[in-house]
Amino acid sequence: MTTAVEFQKVDILFGDDRQKAAALPLVDAGASRADILAETGAVLGCAGCDLTVERGEISVLMGLSGSGKSTLLRAVNRLNTVARGDVTVHDGDWQANVVTCSEAELRKIRRECVAMVFQQFALLPWRTVAENVGFGLELAGMPAKERRARVMAQLELVHLSDWADKYAHELSGGMQQRVGLARAFATQAPILLMDEPFSALDPLIRTKLQDELLELQERLKKTILFVSHDLEEALKIGNRISIMEGGRIVQTGAPEDIVLRPENDYVRDFIANVNPLSVLTAWNVMRDVRDLENAGEGWMWLDRRRTTRFKLDANMLVVDAERNGAPAIWVSCDNMEKLPEDRPKVYWATAGTPLKTVMQAMHQSQTAPVALFDEASRFVGAIGIRDVLRAVIRR
Amino acid sequence: MDPLSEWIADRKIPIGRWGRDFFDFLTTNFAWLFDTLARFLAGILDSLVDLLLAIPPFLLVLIVAVLAYALQRSWKLALGVALGLAFIINQGLWKETVETLVLVVAAAAASMAIGVPVGIWAAHNRRVYQFLRPILDLMQTLPTFVYLIPVLILFGLGAAPGLIVTVIFAAPAPIRLTYLGITSVPQPMLEAGQAFGATKRQLLWKVELPAALPSIMAGLTQCIMLSLSMVVIAALIGADGLGKPVVRALNSVNIPLGLEAGLAIVVLAIILDRIARIERGSDR
Repeated sequence: MTTAVEFQKVDILFGDDRQKAAALPLVDAGASRADILAETGAVLGCAGCDLTVERGEISVLMGLSGSGKSTLLRAVNRLNTVARGDVTVHDGDWQANVVTCSEAELRKIRRECVAMVFQQFALLPWRTVAENVGFGLELAGMPAKERRARVMAQLELVHLSDWADKYAHELSGGMQQRVGLARAFATQAPILLMDEPFSALDPLIRTKLQDELLELQERLKKTILFVSHDLEEALKIGNRISIMEGGRIVQTGAPEDIVLRPENDYVRDFIANVNPLSVLTAWNVMRDVRDLENAGEGWMWLDRRRTTRFKLDANMLVVDAERNGAPAIWVSCDNMEKLPEDRPKVYWATAGTPLKTVMQAMHQSQTAPVALFDEASRFVGAIGIRDVLRAVIRR
Repeated sequence: MDPLSEWIADRKIPIGRWGRDFFDFLTTNFAWLFDTLARFLAGILDSLVDLLLAIPPFLLVLIVAVLAYALQRSWKLALGVALGLAFIINQGLWKETVETLVLVVAAAAASMAIGVPVGIWAAHNRRVYQFLRPILDLMQTLPTFVYLIPVLILFGLGAAPGLIVTVIFAAPAPIRLTYLGITSVPQPMLEAGQAFGATKRQLLWKVELPAALPSIMAGLTQCIMLSLSMVVIAALIGADGLGKPVVRALNSVNIPLGLEAGLAIVVLAIILDRIARIERGSDR
């Protein structure tokens, strides 16, 4: 993987130069925002933020309002100036430090490398939809004819072709934000900054646009830095999530890391109300084969209650199964619905199977454990009912 | 009077004399400059008046009505404009109306030409605005008659001093409204411009000015109305137009003449206001 955006020890302060200079030592000492404000008059935006965004991933900055997430995002195209530290933007072989680069380089970054989607859409109401989408291209000096072709292609992408010559204010909120998306895509910048893009929309439209974004991302493979205050949203679209508090990043990790292994009480409180079924997979909850109880003669218990066991060969392939002492068949939980009810069954899942499907399989098989197979059908672990319960109530 | 007040009154600061000395200095040293400027401005205004008077009134009415339709897309307005102007012809005030029209349009154009750039400058630079604000207050509150006298001394009688007094009176409106329009452009719009790599100039032309346009246009209509309200005062220092019959009517207590000329000014005001009004079909 290659890096697209890199934050190194980024501090952002608001205030005049003297206040900022006075505040930096306090930032180093780990002082809180309130202390820094009281002592120096400077407002702490971000402190000591380190983050690497890989090319093609969706990295979510997550936190309550005032946590500094938008502030950090806006450092990438210098809408906020960085007091200390480096923000490096990579575009292919080219790279530039946003903090120190010249005006000309900054314009190149803004026109060609980094596009932005705003919370309040920030469309220009005196322009038509097509003119809004072509705004970035127009600033970069692209001729009108070429621009029109590019704009129409972008509108196609967000299903707004019929609205090209309407004015932005004639569209609904969801449609306006699609225009915002198309405007950002139009410059073909590889990096996309999204500052709470869906927060101003009602829940149904929000979900729909999240799905559309994920679908577009499948095809376009942009690098997206996404700010959100909604954990469900972050877990849904993020490949990586950074939780921020008081201007500092408190934990960075994959969505299931955040849910299963919160590093401190702040993160724990944060995830307390999130539905774990939306992030967890079979892999996250299984007990490894090495931790399972041996039943002798090549047999192995799948559960602590000793209701179900597999007989494994040397390659860890299942050769026989037993459930409550009677021979059983082992079947994939992907085609749960179509199977006859006649014989005892043991379902198996793969690493990426959602926890919800695993739970359904358990329900179908009268709480039998679910086995976990890898791509080569080798037995790697098992999920008992207690494993599921523990993951759901997070104990 | 008490001794303290007497003491203060005895030491009168000679502001009036200083002012006179200053204008004496200007007239003795720069008379040629003011004369040239006055002749130049009067030349432009007179030739414009001559040009418009050379067109048959009926044709000019038609042109103005067509212009009204072109700008506002309304048959009703075009018809109203034609009827209003026909009324003026009917009252025998056509020549005066054309003179006033030229003065008002020229003053409004000059005020906008000064006001919009100054307003933009003030909006982008706090210091400029702080410096400008008391001057604008002064321009708008100082009684017109006070600066009528020095302008009269510097430029003599005629259309040129009329134009200058009108501009002094009318220019603060476009300056203030342009300033207001530019400073109230929503922050997200400015950031959208910056985020997509706009230069300062692009930001001005593609974001700030279009966003401020309704406010700037309000400045234009205000500017026209303020110019019209100066018509009578400009007539006092010799500017031709509808103000003259009003002044004459005042001096001779001539009710019919005052009424006719006054109505003509009102008709002209309504026509100019409706034509210059730009309302954007947006719900912002």
